[in-house]
Amino acid sequence: MAVGTVPAVQIEGLRISYRRRTKLLSVIHDLDLHINPGEAYGLVGESGCGKTTVAMAVMRYLPPNAVVESGRIVFGGENVLTLSESHLRRWRGDRMAMVYQDPGTSLNPSMRVGAQIAEVYRHHRGMSKHEALTAARDMLEKVRITDPGRILRRYPHELSGGQQQRVVIAMALATDPDLLVLDEPTTGLDATVEAEVLDLVEQLRNEFNASILFISHNLGIVARMCERVGVLYAGRLIEEGPAEELFTQPRHPYTLALLRCVPRLGMRKDTQRLDPIPGSLPPLGAEIAGCVYADRCPIARERCRHESPPLYAVNEGHGAACHYHVEVSAIPPSAEATPPAARPIEGGVLLKVDDLVKTYRSAGSDLTAVAGVSFDVRWGEVFGLVGESGSGKTSLAKTLVGLVDATDGRIEFEGAHMSAAKQRKNRELRRKIQMIFQNPDTALNPRHAVRGILRRSLKLLGNLGSRREQEERMLELASSVRLQPRHLELRPAALSGGLKQRVAIASAFAGMPRLVLCDEPVSALDVSVQAAILNLLVDLQLERQVSYVFISHDLAVVHYLADRIGVMYLGWLVDVGPAEAVFNPPHHPYTEALLSAIPSLDLDVPRPRIKLEGPLPSPAEPPSGCRFHTRCPRYLGDVCRDEEPPWQSDGDGHVYRCHIPPDELREAQLAERE
Amino acid sequence: MAIDRPDQASVLTLHEPASAMPPAGPLAARLSRRERYAELARALMRSKTFVVGALILLFWILDAMLWRVLATDDPSAVDPTATLRGPSGAHFFGTDDLGRDVFSRVLAGAESVLTVAPAATALGIFGGVAVGLLTGYYRGLVDNVVMRVIDAALAFPLIIIAVLVLAVLGRSTLNVVLVIGIVFTPLVSRTVRSAVLVEREREYVAAAKLRGESGLYIMVAEILPNITAPIAVEATIRLGYAIFTSATLSFLGLGLRPPSPDWGLAVASGRAFLQIAPWIVLFPALALATLVIAVNLVADGLKQVVEE
Repeated sequence: MAVGTVPAVQIEGLRISYRRRTKLLSVIHDLDLHINPGEAYGLVGESGCGKTTVAMAVMRYLPPNAVVESGRIVFGGENVLTLSESHLRRWRGDRMAMVYQDPGTSLNPSMRVGAQIAEVYRHHRGMSKHEALTAARDMLEKVRITDPGRILRRYPHELSGGQQQRVVIAMALATDPDLLVLDEPTTGLDATVEAEVLDLVEQLRNEFNASILFISHNLGIVARMCERVGVLYAGRLIEEGPAEELFTQPRHPYTLALLRCVPRLGMRKDTQRLDPIPGSLPPLGAEIAGCVYADRCPIARERCRHESPPLYAVNEGHGAACHYHVEVSAIPPSAEATPPAARPIEGGVLLKVDDLVKTYRSAGSDLTAVAGVSFDVRWGEVFGLVGESGSGKTSLAKTLVGLVDATDGRIEFEGAHMSAAKQRKNRELRRKIQMIFQNPDTALNPRHAVRGILRRSLKLLGNLGSRREQEERMLELASSVRLQPRHLELRPAALSGGLKQRVAIASAFAGMPRLVLCDEPVSALDVSVQAAILNLLVDLQLERQVSYVFISHDLAVVHYLADRIGVMYLGWLVDVGPAEAVFNPPHHPYTEALLSAIPSLDLDVPRPRIKLEGPLPSPAEPPSGCRFHTRCPRYLGDVCRDEEPPWQSDGDGHVYRCHIPPDELREAQLAERE
Repeated sequence: MAIDRPDQASVLTLHEPASAMPPAGPLAARLSRRERYAELARALMRSKTFVVGALILLFWILDAMLWRVLATDDPSAVDPTATLRGPSGAHFFGTDDLGRDVFSRVLAGAESVLTVAPAATALGIFGGVAVGLLTGYYRGLVDNVVMRVIDAALAFPLIIIAVLVLAVLGRSTLNVVLVIGIVFTPLVSRTVRSAVLVEREREYVAAAKLRGESGLYIMVAEILPNITAPIAVEATIRLGYAIFTSATLSFLGLGLRPPSPDWGLAVASGRAFLQIAPWIVLFPALALATLVIAVNLVADGLKQVVEE
């Protein structure tokens, strides 16, 4: 803090617990932080670390079972925690405003957008109905919504996710607040929409003077948006400092581990193993005498277990709550982080998909989720599938695994024609093709113990009749996904997200599959767990020579894991080829836009952002010609609108679907990077 | 000094599940089965609605089993010398037109209600769960046809159907149970079906299909255990209606036959003396009311706890 500045928000010794029956569980533990006027402060941490509780405390929106045990939150010279209700009501929405994670639920579905924004002006500024509507219109213009006059008359459900979030931001900024709390404002949004919203927030910061408390689990976003960053772990601020310094020279082992455990764009499974954080978060409300991170820390010593570290000043404005912060920069990657042995390539086509179409019929309209997709998956290969929501990735996976019937096209597996009907009847086919689902919470029956779940899989997929055989194989299977025997007796609810996903993986691998469809298998998990699961998937693939179709919206994860990649847009495959070729020019303009939308931690080199104009068209009414032409930054003209683009090849088995030939595209895309 | 510096464009995503409200979060989830039941029991005990309802219900259940001990008189003993007597020390609730002790008849009347109603409810729940599982899981044509038939059936007031069927089948305790059970089946099936529609879309059902489980296994072993809460709530609500319906049928003369101390019957036969001896109707009616209210309180309490 510069001398003499009065912080916009000052949190001092904040301690919050949640009441659970007779017990008080500590959630926020002696938190001190401040936000300077006009500054964006990022608060990062994994789920359950208390980020949202801090945001709620600042707005004093805490749930009824939350107890503020001590501390002050000073804002505008007053303690928010002791402010009178009427005072608070005037402040909220006027001097402080909040944007929540899901824009869809923060807007009133039965009110037109215009009336909702106007309400803010009428309530806080006492404007007449007409004045307020005009002000609302101006505000929508400021958040760069196209055609604000039309949007005013819309209901929230008629807007896209990105537009909804713009409207929410417009409402939050309507009264020019001094403090804006953004709680995971882009988490539910697609990558390209997320990029748009972040751009908007960045631009608006120049026009408005609000201090920002930016809460996110995404370090890349925080690095981009904020000047200063605090890292929360188990309700304690364990490190705080200027964004750039914190992310390049972390001085707390946890921050360092977080930075190391996610795959970064450019990392590959065959050169580098991911470095997961061992152990798990201490349970909510646990009484910890020493350092909260000691159990998982590679440099923890006796002192750490009984002496709680203060926030040591390690540099100007940079503090780390670690007794041994000097040693952090020298922590080597954990032993496990050595690259795995070179993998044998088997070659040969395992799965051949030819012009696959999946149409969902419903009264009134048909929706073609997958519109003629062709690709091969070879033996022992990982085929990555990327695209935004609505691109047809999951429909494709469900069709391949036989959960839904293909409408048209041909699928060949091990050289033989395959259909959903065959998969239902043929046990061998079912055994050979399995799926891992996105959300381990719903993929396991909450009423069955792990043992029961695995036994059914072994019985039906592994063809194991006798109990003893099943029992033996079960232990083997459990240990192959690093589950402890004691986990077998538990029900899914008693397991953490990572352990649940291990059970789901074990279940899919029960019958020695040949092809496993992984539908966003790590996107519901915390990063520290994500790394361990990705390592496991790599190991299993190497050990058992399985092929994966790996679906993810996270390009870095796909790039890390996949040998070849397909990019989907509105039911079309637009870009297919070896991972490196797809990620480098020339590639489809959509792939280019996706890559540029990734929030980067690389602060030195600003990368150009390729903006996609307009909303994602509905798959029910796909655009004519090239499906991407409505949003394409490289739109050529009528040819794109009227003619379906041909497949272009730039050699090495990389093909993309575009009217621009490879040489021209390469030149244009490389020029953009300069 | 080799710090692992992010040298390339980096995506660092600390993914977390969408809902992250601490109090209901991991802690609530990490309970074992026994703890969960204990937790449920504690929550129920904290609900005043539930406790009051359960106490009254418990009283009537004990009474239905022990009325032979509790009754001061033989409920069917006729005493021509003491007809239409008002409440007194000898007859707490007075006597009816045949000189029978109303207090003892009220106590004894619980037995028939608490036999017929739970049996009918069980039948209705069983049928409703079967129909709801089949239609909800398989959807398609069968679902459409069955649901339209049910819509049509529900257009008739419940009691009219019951009267019609009993008029044809004849009156007996078994027939009353059957009729109420059958009439409840479509009602229950709708609740069950809507719960099944939610569950069948969950990924564990897809996973079960992928490992080749049969439809029957998926319905009974995968889906059913996950919809017990709405079924339990539905069962208590239905029990209340069943008590009421069986009393109504008795009142209309379609249920149990006269010497039985059934409450509905008592209200029906005492009606004629309402002006001169209101206690003959009043006490059985009050008994019925407390029982129905008790069951509804239990249902409400259960519903609140389950929905939390």
